[in-house]
Amino acid sequence: MSIVPTEITADVVAARLRGEKADISGKVFRYLLLSCLGLVLATLIALLWNVGSVGIPYLSERGVGDFLSRYTSQRAEIAGVYQALMGTIQMGVIIIVVAFPLGVATALYLEEYASDNLFTRAIEVVIRNLAGVPAIVYGLLGAALFARGGLEPLTGRESLLSAGLTLSILVLPIVVITSAEAIRAVPKSLREGGFGAGATRWEVIRTLVLPNALPGILTGTILGLARGLGEAAPLLLIGAKRYFGGGELGDLRGDFTSLPHIISVWTKLPSAQGWPDNTAAAIVVTLVVILGINAVGIVLRNKFEKTR
Amino acid sequence: MSNVTGQTPGPVTLADLSRSDGRTAVDAAVGKTLAAAGVLAIVISLLIVFSLLRDSIGFITAIDLGDLTGDVWRPRSQSYGMLAPLSGTLWVTLVATLLAAPVGLGAAIYLSEYAKPRVRRILKPIIEVLASIPSVVVGYFAFRFIAPEITQRIFEDSPRFNLLVAGLGVGLLCIPLMTSVSEDALRAVPQAMREASYGIGARKVTTVVRVVVPAAISGLVAGIILTVSRAVGETMVVFLAGGGTPTVASKPTDGGITITSAMTGVLTGSDQQAGGPEYQSVFFLGLVLFLMTLALNLVAARFVRRVRITY
Repeated sequence: MSIVPTEITADVVAARLRGEKADISGKVFRYLLLSCLGLVLATLIALLWNVGSVGIPYLSERGVGDFLSRYTSQRAEIAGVYQALMGTIQMGVIIIVVAFPLGVATALYLEEYASDNLFTRAIEVVIRNLAGVPAIVYGLLGAALFARGGLEPLTGRESLLSAGLTLSILVLPIVVITSAEAIRAVPKSLREGGFGAGATRWEVIRTLVLPNALPGILTGTILGLARGLGEAAPLLLIGAKRYFGGGELGDLRGDFTSLPHIISVWTKLPSAQGWPDNTAAAIVVTLVVILGINAVGIVLRNKFEKTR
Repeated sequence: MSNVTGQTPGPVTLADLSRSDGRTAVDAAVGKTLAAAGVLAIVISLLIVFSLLRDSIGFITAIDLGDLTGDVWRPRSQSYGMLAPLSGTLWVTLVATLLAAPVGLGAAIYLSEYAKPRVRRILKPIIEVLASIPSVVVGYFAFRFIAPEITQRIFEDSPRFNLLVAGLGVGLLCIPLMTSVSEDALRAVPQAMREASYGIGARKVTTVVRVVVPAAISGLVAGIILTVSRAVGETMVVFLAGGGTPTVASKPTDGGITITSAMTGVLTGSDQQAGGPEYQSVFFLGLVLFLMTLALNLVAARFVRRVRITY
């Protein structure tokens, strides 16, 4: 035991006597670590370049408006992402309406109301494990529940509503976990002050806890939203369509597709007919939407971390 | 003062102190509503397990159990050889973990131990941007870049799309997870341990390798397990770039399917009706996938808890 430090000490003394430059293994190690980040950065640049160098010229040549307003088609030169964009936007709205209130309510219950009993612990374990379930398994649940199961009359089978509800369930655990963290970060003394002034639990939550936890809750839910909208795998199992008419704004019980889904379909189409250009352009649109949502979330979080 | 009549005031009772203006009633109602939302989480997980079990049992009773040990997975012609998706999952997960674990860990060590706060603020977004790129976009990247520009140049004789291509794409997706879990574990190591190490004259590299990393080892192992779990469950990259050959893959450069990509095969596109072994086979695959990832996540959670207990 005592030999090891002595060795190290001797090491350093020797190095110091030889001058700073002797620490070669330290430098090698440091650059090795840095190269890991470098690899990630290089891949990221390659990915964005691979997509952007094809997609952006195509978009500017065809016109962004044209690409965003055209329907799906079997011909690449007229195929557009209107239905996919509408699908993604409406799924986002469904997630906001369904998953956010439910998730925040669950988090509030767990953090503010629940006593530490078996029921509470069961919810906590379940939520934590739900967050680790692969996205495609949620697709099976969506298929069994909304698209081909008991709630079929309500959702209209393989519909936009089924897709939105499936994604809402996928996002729910993320919303709960991040909201619970934000609520936990509110100082205890603030609550005690509220109780001391005679407020009920709900009044303390409404006037003290929620306003203080809101930035954190918003960040978590926004990042969850981006995650949900980027998923394509569950939609494959609940019948997203390749070509179809309709898909207008508000047609919740009709056929659907989304930006990630249309990308997965177009990627596999023959490259000789110009599909790579369309696919790259669709990815540019998707990245603008998803990274845009993420950027809002990250900016909010940084603001939140600074003020805390 | 108000006692003008001269009567002595009665003792304060519980009724005087408790609120009777309806605010407590609101409070109780809100509590019940919030609890109902919590119940929903339990209901959802029960529904997941129930729907998986129901159709899996239907599937197992409908087919000959010996069929599962076959080596071709083609539900349309009643071939349910599980060795095909299992071998594919194994290769993809292996390749992905071999890429994501060292790279993710290296990035985490740099961010936690070496980068100054200002540098960290510039470097961290690299990982965050990668984390927010949808998996289908990485699938496209594997399809259009990794396959033609990297793997095809090294392995010229293998099929263009194979499990190695898919594994590299999946690995890319797993890096941010590995980095964030590892970084949390490294930052949880008390500063005093580093200072003690410096105090006896250890160099930075010695401190990191012999003190910080061993102290954080539980969290790092958890990161690797979660990476494996994520890789097992990843769908879109394999769907696009895995090759789709429904047979057993003996090496990573073979085309193949994974549990997840096999699940997309049956229900995609067609207006498939519920029922029948072909439809139910997807739920059986889903159950296998669910159990695998659940087991991995539970083990990882145990490791993470050990970090919390130690510090």
